[in-house]
Amino acid sequence: MKRYLLGRLWQSLVTLLLATIVVFLGVRALPGDPALALAGEDRDPESLRAIREQYGLDDSLLVQFWQFVSHAARGDLGSSIRTGESVVSMLSSALPVTIELSALAILVAAVLGVGAGVIAAVRRGRPAEWAANALALLGLSVPNFWLGLMAILYLSVALGLFPASGFVPFFSDPIGNLHHLVLPALILGTGLAAVIMRQTRSSMLDALSADYIRTAEAKGLPPRAVIGRHALRNSLIVVITIVGLQLGALISGAVVTERIFALPGFGKLTVDAVFQRDYPVIQAVVLVTATAYIVINLLVDLLYSVIDPRIRVRGEA
Amino acid sequence: MAVADLSTIPSAPVTSRGRKVVRRMLRNPLAIAGIVVLAIATAAAVFAPWLSPHEPTLTHLDRAFAPPGTAGHVLGSDDLGRDVLSRIMFGLRASLHVGLLAVATSLVVGVPLGLMAGYFRAIDALISRFTDLVLAFPFLILAVGLAAIRGASLGNAAIAIGIAQIPGVIRIVRSETLRLKSLDFVAAAIVDGAGDAWVLGRHILPNAASVIIVQATVAIPAAILGEAVLSFLGLGIQPPAPSLGTMLSDAQQFASRAPWAAVMPGVAIMLLTLAFNIVGDSLRDALDPKASRR
Repeated sequence: MKRYLLGRLWQSLVTLLLATIVVFLGVRALPGDPALALAGEDRDPESLRAIREQYGLDDSLLVQFWQFVSHAARGDLGSSIRTGESVVSMLSSALPVTIELSALAILVAAVLGVGAGVIAAVRRGRPAEWAANALALLGLSVPNFWLGLMAILYLSVALGLFPASGFVPFFSDPIGNLHHLVLPALILGTGLAAVIMRQTRSSMLDALSADYIRTAEAKGLPPRAVIGRHALRNSLIVVITIVGLQLGALISGAVVTERIFALPGFGKLTVDAVFQRDYPVIQAVVLVTATAYIVINLLVDLLYSVIDPRIRVRGEA
Repeated sequence: MAVADLSTIPSAPVTSRGRKVVRRMLRNPLAIAGIVVLAIATAAAVFAPWLSPHEPTLTHLDRAFAPPGTAGHVLGSDDLGRDVLSRIMFGLRASLHVGLLAVATSLVVGVPLGLMAGYFRAIDALISRFTDLVLAFPFLILAVGLAAIRGASLGNAAIAIGIAQIPGVIRIVRSETLRLKSLDFVAAAIVDGAGDAWVLGRHILPNAASVIIVQATVAIPAAILGEAVLSFLGLGIQPPAPSLGTMLSDAQQFASRAPWAAVMPGVAIMLLTLAFNIVGDSLRDALDPKASRR
């Protein structure tokens, strides 16, 4: 167990180092002089020199990289070219919105996906299975940003059921906060729900034909108890697996969903930064995403080995 | 692979595996519907310059906001009086272009790496570090980075999507290679003195082809959705060139006035990706009937 944990931790550290190098070199690969890019509109030679000084652009790449890493490790990701605000403070106001949105979307996806998957597996060959399969296929094929547009158009604007855009912080108005996030979370959760449903269905089908289930049934346990216990036990693993695998899609989806519903989160920060050519922000956004991805996947694997010891054994082999 | 019952061989018709797969697929009405939709969409995209009723970028301010069914505008027109149907046809062209380009990119890089990772134990770990690294950058973040460095364009969108799909290709080809490597015919070839390149190119790659094809049919709709997202955000195809994603982001501004301009391109994307997903699913079932009967 200890060896597995250390190995997994080491792998994550290596990936994180490689990702940092990629981000670092990415900014250096900008066309032309990075100082010009970092200066934005301000082309005054004096400020260009200040930027060179600040970012150490005249030092060797290795020194620059060390500077970059040590600053980042101390929580200094530079400041926005446009507003001069520190990137860390921009992130700390944007990230909670995105984290809340993603958590709600995962919740929606888990409830819908596991529910539909169990129904599809248990009602094999009946209309319920057909309907659940069709919904999953549709969920995979619908562009979720379009679904968001349609929801705004028909549910928010025409029927006035939900606010079409905007955000209020949870701690100042919890109900208003949820009211603003229900629709975005539903939209972001659909694709994930479809993947979870398919996985739940196939793992339930495997399980229902397993020997120990037949034994349980032969002993006279009611089907409801057999399915219920099994579904509950496995669904957690399925949801964790899918979230780990689909994390990239979830992050990408959150960016678009925030854009449509005008939520002041990580996605808005990202898209705005690209259009304003705000390179320090772009660099930070990419670095933070990669770090989050690596850390969350590490946690998923660790959770796994706690829930299902067999995976740990396979990892060691 | 099942052992054939020798007594049936003389009477069995000589059919290739490919033909059997096609026959199995054609028994599925949903698959036929998917193939028909794909054929229509492809034809509309390829022949758009000749088939489309209007120039996709031609503006006619006096004909703005024509509802669907208006003479000359079957699917209506947008805020600049541009024909929605014509723009969808050219948009499909861009979608298929990016979809195929992205998947081709991922296959060209992913298949050789997957073969090597599965075949040579020595570099397996190295290649998995590479896939871990690529996975850490979600496609949208890759596209953001690429757009920042090289500018937003159709080609850069396709590259970003393609790179993001490489890990999936590597994983699938790697596990298929591992499976095939342990089979007797490969062992026999190695004992026979075949070199690594020969075994990989002659024995493993052809037998992994079906898995690669299924992966591609799943990856194309994902890439098409990706292109729509990037163009919607302004990170893909640049206006006024029509793309289903840019049509939707334009239509967002006047959606309550002309809902059709927001509905139609979305329906087009959905039908296209749905058709690809259905064909992909049924292809997988046809290639591996045991899995679907489960």
